[in-house]
Amino acid sequence: MAVTEVRVALYPAGIDPKEIAEKIREKFPDQVVDVAEFRDQISVIVKKDRIIPILRYLHDDPLLGFDHLQDLTAADYLNKKDVRFEVVYNLLSTRYRHRIRIRAQVPENDPKIGSCVPVWAGANWHERECYDMFGIEFSGHPDHRRILMPEDWEGYPLRKDYPLKGPELDKDWPGFTDVLKRSKELKEFEWEG
Amino acid sequence: MLLDTSAVGLIEVEEGTKILPPNIIITSFDKIINWGRLSSIWPTTFGLACCAIEMMAAGASHYDFDRFGIIFRGSPRQADCVIVAGTVTKKMAPVVRRVYDQIPEPRYVVAMGSCACTGGVFRTYSTVQGCDSFLPVDVYVPGCPPRPETLLEGMMLLQEKIRKERARWSPWR
Repeated sequence: MAVTEVRVALYPAGIDPKEIAEKIREKFPDQVVDVAEFRDQISVIVKKDRIIPILRYLHDDPLLGFDHLQDLTAADYLNKKDVRFEVVYNLLSTRYRHRIRIRAQVPENDPKIGSCVPVWAGANWHERECYDMFGIEFSGHPDHRRILMPEDWEGYPLRKDYPLKGPELDKDWPGFTDVLKRSKELKEFEWEG
Repeated sequence: MLLDTSAVGLIEVEEGTKILPPNIIITSFDKIINWGRLSSIWPTTFGLACCAIEMMAAGASHYDFDRFGIIFRGSPRQADCVIVAGTVTKKMAPVVRRVYDQIPEPRYVVAMGSCACTGGVFRTYSTVQGCDSFLPVDVYVPGCPPRPETLLEGMMLLQEKIRKERARWSPWR
């Protein structure tokens, strides 16, 4: 039983995610667009303009204490929602064991959002991947490059309007077409005996 | 059984190979060179995806590639063969080609697994649809991933291919 008491002392009870959503709405009334619920998971849909103060508040507030950015990604709602992209932040407080999901709306004509690397340093590569796959720019990112695709790759593959099978061969990534060309040239030197 | 050399003379043990007892063997350059090559295919260790795990399993003691003289080498410059084990992405294609270019001739390519053969399930923007688009593949090993027995069969097919080669050697190479 003693063990149980220690655990209670170490891990204070968390706040219900709905209350967290209300706290965000109180603190940033003009920023919260909607609060969505799916299978007991609460998402707070916010505007992108003051995303860093919101995340900073969630990170620094002693009663919220979201010290862990579980995941950062984006979603493309082409032809489904008015605002095309949403950058998704899955947050966890390792101290209180409560979670919240923040979704920041990013319009197609201005795909830019503030970088949350100053809040969670681990967001660095997540934001690079997000930029690589969706073309969303994170202003203030310390190392804003592609992470998976070659640096001179054209297009953002996880966008819904990107062709699944990729570009046609004549418009393909030059690094790959060069290999095809070179292998054709070197064919005549293949040693057949 | 000891042979009486004075009485027997040349004995033809198989087509193209004769023995003059006790210790003279007469055969063609083709036969002896092909025999040497097929008995010591040294692939370079180059794994790209999950097929590499099966390749390692085939090389380890249970399936034991060493009994065919197939010994993995750490450098393509010491190797005879490259086993393209796994999905070749477009970003990786220049590297695969460079590894192949560094192998001294004669060199062989084994495409291992569906991805290396055809692209497999990955009909996507980032995957090369078969590494034969930029490599001269000798043996295709199907499977996803192929079991080690399948890879062994593929290497034995490569051995048979080498055995049938004619005059793939020359003094100035």
